[in-house]
Order: sequence, then structure tokens, then C-alpha cells
Amino acid sequence: MAHEPVQQTSESIASAEAHAAEGIVHEHPSWGTYKWVALILTVITIVEVWVYYIPAFVASRLFVPALLTMSAVKFVIVVLFYMHLKYDHKLFRALFTGPLLIAMTTIIALMFLFAKLVIRTG
Amino acid sequence: MSTSAVAHAGHPPTTTGLDHRKIAIWAFIGSECMLFASLISTYLIYKGRSRVGPFPHEWWCQTTNATSATGPIAGCPAGALFKPILNIPVTSQSTFVLLMSSLAMVLALAAVENKDKPGWAGPGFGGRLLESSKLWLLSTALLGAGFLCYQAYEFTSFVHEGLTIKTNLFGSSFFTLTGFHGAHVTAGVLWLLTLLAIDVKRGLGPRDALLVDISALYWHFVDVVWIAIFTLVYLIR
Repeated sequence: MAHEPVQQTSESIASAEAHAAEGIVHEHPSWGTYKWVALILTVITIVEVWVYYIPAFVASRLFVPALLTMSAVKFVIVVLFYMHLKYDHKLFRALFTGPLLIAMTTIIALMFLFAKLVIRTG
Repeated sequence: MSTSAVAHAGHPPTTTGLDHRKIAIWAFIGSECMLFASLISTYLIYKGRSRVGPFPHEWWCQTTNATSATGPIAGCPAGALFKPILNIPVTSQSTFVLLMSSLAMVLALAAVENKDKPGWAGPGFGGRLLESSKLWLLSTALLGAGFLCYQAYEFTSFVHEGLTIKTNLFGSSFFTLTGFHGAHVTAGVLWLLTLLAIDVKRGLGPRDALLVDISALYWHFVDVVWIAIFTLVYLIR
């Protein structure tokens, strides 16, 4: 099902450019982009599950950071491409990333508070 | 789709130039981040603090309360030995199903946005498939329902294996977190079915694209929450 991206008329391109300059409207990705995003998400998920079954890797210090990194990459890809935050207005970005940062800071702070995360000194 | 609400039918111009409904869904998603952060924090804080099993990643002997991360505990009577309760292969499949539902959702939105441009997706059968908003809305709803079936299977098998919401801290925090997520997926499936019913009744077109866009944002958010849950709850030991 390989298809060319949507044919854009010069009118629609001019309109999109004008709106982009105002930071209002952006064109959404094509089927080709969505297909690649789905493939990347699937591959990362397969790698995540694969490393879960490697005892030596599970026992290593890299296991948790590697899984968190892969999860974060998937998260960002979905938000940018499927939720169109990469193409949308900056106000939407602020409405999402602001609370997300507060939420992540809260989780990290609670992990320190309940000694799930510890900073070792000396 | 266009997010500007300049003289939009049924919606007055706004000071930001953006449709209030879209601002509202992003604000709602922001608040949902806080909700799931609290649930995930609770799970992580209680992780490893259960006094009795079954445990997520360890074998557990009920009679001696001994645990083992590597395999069955020697000398434990067969009826008292509990295996690690999380079923990673099944959950991996449900994760894949939810990821594919997000793909179907963006295709549904693209089909609605381009309804007035016949042939936008290219020639042939594949192009006609991509242009069918009904197909992709139905696919998304079915994949979401499939995810819920996996979750129902998981919950049922956990209860049969002796883990309920009252058994231990793991059970309480696990069922609360994944149950809340499942409730969100259920709401999303009902929302999608409503859109599908409208599409069947009168057809969804570019004028309705914002409605589909808003539901898509909610659906993708449910997906990204699961991405976090899958790693933090199921994969990290």
C-alpha cells in the first residue's frame, strides 16, 4: 500500500505557509510518515521485550536506563507525530509539556522522598 | 487539521485564533498527566513493599514466605508455590494492539480531513482503503476493544492465581493503575463508536475533522500512558 504523499496545490501551500508564519496551522504528516512511525514503535517494543529475556542484561546497570530511554523515545514519537504536537500551535505544546514536566518532577521527587532513588555521596 | 477557529461554523472567532475545544482537550490531557503521575508514583512507591505474594517478577512460597527471582523455590509444596504473576508475552501483544490502534486513529483522521479530495490517498484498492474513515474508525475501536479483552483476560487470570486488589500492596496499586487506564480505554472506545455511528448516519467530512482530531488526541494520550505503564510496571523489575 505504498502511496505518494497528498498532492498539495499551490494555494494550500501558500495558505499553510501563511498560517505557519502566524504559528497557527501546520500540515499533518503523510501516510508514509505514519507507516514509518508505526514500524519504529513496533521495533522498539520488540527490543524492549527482547532485552527483558536476557538475564545478563537484566542484571546489568544498563537495563533500567535502556528501558526508560526506549520508552521515552516511543512516548516522544507518538506525541510529536501521532498527536501532531510537532506541527501544531505552540500553545498546545505548552499546555501539554507544562503539566507533563510537573508530573515527571513530582514522580522523581516522590521517588527520592520514599528512598526509591538515592544520591550516594562519598 | 486546521486549528484556527476564524469564523468557524458553530464556533465564534476566539482571541487566540484557536478553537476552544482543542485548547480544552490539551488542558484536559495536561490534567490527566497529573492523574496518571500520581497513580504511577503510588505503584512505584509500593513496589517491593508487599509482605505476601503473589509478586510481579518473583516466585513465592506461601508456606515459608520465601521468594526467588531466578526460579522455583526448592522444597516448597506444589500448592503453595506461586510463579511470577506478570505475563509479559500476553501484555506485549496487547501493547502492540494498542500501538496499532494509534496508527488506525491517525488514518481515520486523515480520511476525514481529506474527504473532499477524492483520490488523495493514491490510486487502486490501497488508496480506497486509506480514504475510508469508517474502516479506520471501526479498526481503532476494535483494536481498543481487543486491548480491553487482553486486560480482562489478565485480570481474570490474576484473580484465579490468587492476586486481587486486596491481596497485597502490589495488587492494590497494580489494579488501581491499570484499571484506571482500562477505564480510559473504555471511554475512548465508546467515543470512537459514537463517531463511527455519526459517520455511518450522515458521513464525517472536513467540517467535522476537529471532532475526530479531539478524540484522536485523547486516544493517543491513552496510548502514551500505556507506553509508560508497560515499561515501568511490566518490564522494569
